[in-house]
Amino acid sequence: MARPPFDPPGTGLLDAARGPLHPVAGRTLEAGLAAAWADPGGLHPPGRRARALLDTAREVLADALGVRPAELSLHPSAQGALEVGLAGLRHARRRTGPTVVAGAAERSVLLLAPGVQDPVPVDRTGRVDTTAYAAALAGDQVAAAVLQTANGEVGTRQPVAHVAALAAARDVPLLLDATASLGRDLHGIPDGAGSVLVADAASFGGPPLGLLAVRTGTRWGLPRPRREAEQGREHAAPWVPLALAAAEAWRQTAVDAAAEERTARALVDRVRRAAAAVPDVEVVGDADDRLPHVVTFSVLYADGEVLLEELARRGLFVASGSACTSSALRPSHVLAAMGVLTHGNVRVTLPLGSVSPTRDDDVDRLCRELPDAVAAVRRRLGTDDL
Amino acid sequence: MNGPPVVDARGTRCPVPVIRLARAARGLPSGSTVVLLADDDAAWSDVPAWARMKGHEVTLLQDDGWTEFRVLLGEPRTERGHADSST
Repeated sequence: MARPPFDPPGTGLLDAARGPLHPVAGRTLEAGLAAAWADPGGLHPPGRRARALLDTAREVLADALGVRPAELSLHPSAQGALEVGLAGLRHARRRTGPTVVAGAAERSVLLLAPGVQDPVPVDRTGRVDTTAYAAALAGDQVAAAVLQTANGEVGTRQPVAHVAALAAARDVPLLLDATASLGRDLHGIPDGAGSVLVADAASFGGPPLGLLAVRTGTRWGLPRPRREAEQGREHAAPWVPLALAAAEAWRQTAVDAAAEERTARALVDRVRRAAAAVPDVEVVGDADDRLPHVVTFSVLYADGEVLLEELARRGLFVASGSACTSSALRPSHVLAAMGVLTHGNVRVTLPLGSVSPTRDDDVDRLCRELPDAVAAVRRRLGTDDL
Repeated sequence: MNGPPVVDARGTRCPVPVIRLARAARGLPSGSTVVLLADDDAAWSDVPAWARMKGHEVTLLQDDGWTEFRVLLGEPRTERGHADSST
C-alpha cells in the first residue's frame, strides 16, 4: 500500500471519545471498500462475499463482548443500539409494567427513553446508590433496568456485579451500557452479567458502530412491523466495510490491552495530580475505581468554552461538559447529578497509544501548560483576584 | 439598609452568577449572608458546589422562573486544588 488512507492523527489529541481509527483498522476499511461494498443480503457473488466477511467480523465482535454471534446485532450508532436494546426489553415485559430503573448518570438517550421517571441518585463521584437502586427495583411495575459499566464523562466505575445480582434476584432484565469502556477497561463486564449488553466500536479504535447483544433466553422483542436485518433489530444490514474495520480494531487493541490500560491509568493519574495542584480546581470522579483513560476536572471562576479555546491555542484538544460550550443549553446532567461544579469543565479522554503516538508528550504538555492556561483565562475574565 | 447584599444575576449564564456571587462575598466576615438571584440552570449545581469548595452554606428558595440562593459564609479557606471531590 502506497500510503495510509488517512492523515496521521494530530498531536495534542486529548478528546478521543470518538478518536481516530486505529491505523490498521483504517487500512482494513480501505480494503473493505473494494471487497465488501455489497449488500450482504444479495445472492450474487459480491453479496455472498460481503456476507461471509460480515459473518467473520460478527464472530470477532461477539467474542469482544463475550457473547455468541447469533446474539449480536450491529447498529449505525451506539445511541441507536441502546435505544433498541432497551425498547425490546420493555416491549417484551409490557404486561409487567412500564417502568425502567436507571441511574442519574446514564447516557442521555437512556434517561430520555420511555419509562424512565425518577433516576436513581449517584454520589459525589458519580457512582449509583445501590440501596436506592434496590428500592427502585422492588417496585411492582418494573420492566427493565439499565446501568453503565463506567461513566464515560467522569470515568467512575459502577457497581456492576452488585446491581446485576440485585436485578437477577428480582427477575428484572438488566441492560449494561459498556459504550465507554469496552476495550479500555479490562474489568468492564463481569462474566454472564446483564441480559442485554451494548458497546461502541469507537471506544476501542474502531469506527462508530453500535454493538447490541441480547443473551439467549432473554425475553426481548420489538413492536411490529418486524425489522428485517440484524436478528430482527435493525432496518438494514450494516455497511460491511465498517464492521470489518471495527473487528480489526478489536483484534489490534486486544493484543496489548493490559499494557495499554496500565499506561493510560498512569497518564491519567498525572493529569489528576497536575489539575489538583491548580488553585480552585476540583478533579471529579473516583480517583482509583475508574476507567483508565478518562479524567474530568472543573475550574472555578472560568468559562468552559474559553478554557477549551485557550488550550486549543496551545495545541491541546480537550472536551467539556459545561453548558457554555458548543451549543448545549444545559450543563452535563452527569456533573449536575454528582453535585459538582459544571462550569469551567475540562474532560480528557485519552486516545489509545497505538492510535496517537504522541500521547505521552501531549499529556506532559497539558500538565505543564494547565496552570498558566487557567491563569490566562481567569485574567481574561477578570476573576484572577477571586 | 441592614439586609444582606443581593446579587441579581438573572439573565446571565454560567459562570457569571458564581463569579458575581464570589465577588460580593469577598472580604465579608464569616457568618455574613449574601443573596444571589439567578435563572441559569447551571447555577443550581454550581452555587452549591462553589459553597462546598469554599466552606459556605447555601439554601435554595425556588421562585417563579428563578431561584434565590442564600449563602452563609464560612471561615476563609486557603486556595488549594481538590484532588478528590469526595473529601
